[in-house]
Amino acid sequence: MRSQNRYQIDTLSVVYFLSLVMLGWINIYAADYDLDGNTPFFDLNQSSTRQLIWIGASFLLIAVIFILDYRFYDSFGYVIWGVSVFFLLAVLFFGKEVAGSTSWFEIGFIKIQPSEFAKIATAIGLAKYLSSQNVGVSYKYKLGISAFLFSIPMGLIIMQGDLGTAMVFGSLILVLFREGLSAKLLFFSFYAVLLFLLTLLIDQWILLFMVLALFLIGLGLFIKNRKALIFIFWLSILSCGLIKSVDFVLNQVLKEHQQLRVMSLINPNADPLGIGWNVMQSKIAIGSGGFMGKGFLKGTQTKFDFVPAQTTDFIFCTVGEEQGWLGATLIMILFGAFFLRLLTIAERQKSRFVRIYGYSVVSIMFFHFAINIAMTIGLFPVIGIPLPFFSYGGSSLLTFTMLLFILLKLDSQRMEQLEH
Amino acid sequence: MKSRILGIKFFVIITISVLSIRLFSIQIMDTDYQEIANRNVIQKGIEYPYRGLVFDRNGKLLLYNDPVFDLMITPKNVDLSDSLLIKKLLFITQREFDQAYLKARSFSRHLPSIFYKQLSNEKFAAFQDRMRDLEGFNINSRTTRGYAEIGLANILGYVGEVTQNQLNRDTTGYYKSGDNIGITGIEKTYEKSIRGLRGVKYRNVDVQGINMGSFENGAYDTLPQPGQNLVLTIDGALQKYAERLMEGKIGSLVAIDPSSGEILALVSAPSYDPSLLSGRGFSQNFVTIQRDSLKPLFNRPLQAMYPPGSMFKTIQALIALEQDQVQADEIITVNGKLIGDHAPPGKYDMERAITKSSNNYFFKVFRRVIQQGEHLSPFIDSRMGYNKWRDYVLQFGFGKILDIDLPNEKAGFVPSLEFYDKIYGKERWKFSNIYSLSIGQGELLVTPLQMANLGVILANRGYYFTPHLVRKVGAESLDFSQKSFIEIDTGHFESILEGMQALVSVPGSRAYIPDLVFCGKTSTVENPQGLDHSGFMGFAPRNNPKIAIAVYVENAGWGARAALSTASLAIEKYLNGSVKKKWLENYVLKGDFQDAKPE
Repeated sequence: MRSQNRYQIDTLSVVYFLSLVMLGWINIYAADYDLDGNTPFFDLNQSSTRQLIWIGASFLLIAVIFILDYRFYDSFGYVIWGVSVFFLLAVLFFGKEVAGSTSWFEIGFIKIQPSEFAKIATAIGLAKYLSSQNVGVSYKYKLGISAFLFSIPMGLIIMQGDLGTAMVFGSLILVLFREGLSAKLLFFSFYAVLLFLLTLLIDQWILLFMVLALFLIGLGLFIKNRKALIFIFWLSILSCGLIKSVDFVLNQVLKEHQQLRVMSLINPNADPLGIGWNVMQSKIAIGSGGFMGKGFLKGTQTKFDFVPAQTTDFIFCTVGEEQGWLGATLIMILFGAFFLRLLTIAERQKSRFVRIYGYSVVSIMFFHFAINIAMTIGLFPVIGIPLPFFSYGGSSLLTFTMLLFILLKLDSQRMEQLEH
Repeated sequence: MKSRILGIKFFVIITISVLSIRLFSIQIMDTDYQEIANRNVIQKGIEYPYRGLVFDRNGKLLLYNDPVFDLMITPKNVDLSDSLLIKKLLFITQREFDQAYLKARSFSRHLPSIFYKQLSNEKFAAFQDRMRDLEGFNINSRTTRGYAEIGLANILGYVGEVTQNQLNRDTTGYYKSGDNIGITGIEKTYEKSIRGLRGVKYRNVDVQGINMGSFENGAYDTLPQPGQNLVLTIDGALQKYAERLMEGKIGSLVAIDPSSGEILALVSAPSYDPSLLSGRGFSQNFVTIQRDSLKPLFNRPLQAMYPPGSMFKTIQALIALEQDQVQADEIITVNGKLIGDHAPPGKYDMERAITKSSNNYFFKVFRRVIQQGEHLSPFIDSRMGYNKWRDYVLQFGFGKILDIDLPNEKAGFVPSLEFYDKIYGKERWKFSNIYSLSIGQGELLVTPLQMANLGVILANRGYYFTPHLVRKVGAESLDFSQKSFIEIDTGHFESILEGMQALVSVPGSRAYIPDLVFCGKTSTVENPQGLDHSGFMGFAPRNNPKIAIAVYVENAGWGARAALSTASLAIEKYLNGSVKKKWLENYVLKGDFQDAKPE
């Protein structure tokens, strides 16, 4: 039995992976399709053709991952993390500024984005730290420390001006929750995000009034519970602080293009040709798809370039317009099944390192998935993060492939892993 | 830990459900997006129909659609460093090129707009060969009105772009800005039939408005329906000949088929080349034509009003006969002193009075008609007589429009009782105030069309048809068979026609046409502003008439010269197909009627 399971790669995950990549490629082809009908089959000007090359490259990468010893990631966990942080620092000084972000190295015609690599490195670094022996440190304390492992790259990426990618690292809080982070903290995180969004949507004075009202109601309900009263008191103070600071952040900290993106979430109609254009057109494209969609290659909004970045961040518009609600939902279910499968894989590990890494992979991918779709349908500000395996682009495809296949490689040899 | 693992899995499922529900609401519940999407990409384009063609009564094409070619430019695709060829082909300077280019660019970089309107045929041919070398340029074809002849401008009229004013008045809501509309002539009167029906073409456009092909393969498109063709009553050959005769003169010629009211020729002189008001030079040419002191846009046969002069004596005679105030064979002796007269004093019966155009005879006859002695007061007597007389005159189609199918017809003027009351005071005027009417002068005003219609009435011995220019619209023949009768006994016509025949059908006279007996009456219309106008009205042949005609030539003196000669030539041309009297033709074409020897 034991020898049988050696080098057993998880077939189901590979099937999901291949399905997603294939469906993604089909949609890139559709988004890029020229209605004149003279789209050449192999033309490097076409995103779909170039994506084929990237898919080929990702297969090569998979081979490399399977050749590398599985112990590499565990052993060099901190080194990998350290190197990535070094690059994040270096790009701040030597990087090339594109559209307000300094997140690229340009060496000849090759462009490298250290923040993509940082996603993998941070997942590995976090897994390494949390799975290491506790030496004189309480576990709770350790969880707190681990937050630095992703807060540092996150901060550096914010400094690059790439708020969207930085937010991805916030998703790793889910991993900490799995590893025992108090539910209250998770609750506070969500509460903070919710309040943040409400502040954008509702006038801050109304919100402050609502907080005050809730405080008074809580006061009345828990008049005899002193502990609860203290909790409610501090929560109200924090809420007011958050509301005021969001206003501050929005107007003082965020750069203009980021402000516009946030504002466009609030009211995309106010500025249909400005930044809100993206969200408007994206919603129109998806909304016009109806139940069954317009059919493969028949989407008009995407074909005629009404939707910007239609092969990359807004690839889901093509899905929504051409495949309709049915197709979009089926694809989301496929993603869902894929994520649940990865969670199952993570849970079946004996090695804590692999389990934590597995959760990190799911958190990162799920965040991309949920936020990307949410922004195309106007539920979240346009923060410019790709849809895993669907969006055109070498960096993102290779990153997600690497994230996934390092997990699958580790999983394939889980019987050899030592339990820490 | 178990619950947390479950919680995380639950979170994934909930998130996907939320996204799916949100998608459901914008994709299925909210139909607005579908509409907005269509508005985004589907552009409605108008396909302009061809206007109907116009033929003469013999099937000769008069008015058609001329393809013209505009050079279009799409600024984005133009290589500015290589404008040499285009400048060479168009014969334009760098400055002109720059102006046209900047104008197109300010309209749109991505959409084509007109760079050069209406290429001449030679330029178009040159372009066709070099189109491949001209990136960013293409040729767009459309049509303008094309004219087979230089003439007929006053009949055909012209088309132009519909104005904001016309749009506001258009209650049918058919017209849209940019449409063409008939501005005058039959282009205007038959606009509804001739314009056709616009087609609609839906096409996809991309975010920059660039055409991306037809929408749903044209399933919702409608083809433009060409306008209906018109067949005119005009005889092309006669019209052309008559226009030639009237060249260099000011006046009108109207010829009508008495058996139907069909207008055979309608000449207004001077006129203009209708192709000048079609296409490229419209605005410039229009201003030139409009400023012309001879008013070529003034459609004289319908709009010019003159006193009828002696031609009116035919009506005076008929009314007097009908009212029994005179008998055709009654001899009236005149001494030529009542009113100025070219006819000698002596004895006249009706026939001789018409032939010699005796002013004094008709002075006496008209006095009897006006003062019939039914009232002791000459004022009231005149009033009663005048009123009866006027009723007859109106029956002949004077003082009102005949409702020809052309715009802006004038009614002329037959003074009413109130008119004279205003001048002289009520019951303060009698025959002696209005005797000029007896010889067709005074306040009377008629149009050449009305005079030609008088020819029709005389030819038919008492009735006419609504004069008209169009026989058939599409496949449908128009019905103009309704006769308008004049309450005058048919028998009264013969003595008058006898007199008219004796005037014109005399061998050796200028108007004589061998083997043709026809009738006519001339006028030398007094013109206080200058030389008298020359007028003629008649019909031919006397029995079974085929053509009634009226001619006015302004400032040409004797009616028996310019107008009669012109009418006689036109009649000969129409009835015989050619003209034998070349000397008379040359005389008319030369147009120097003052030097002609008197009769």
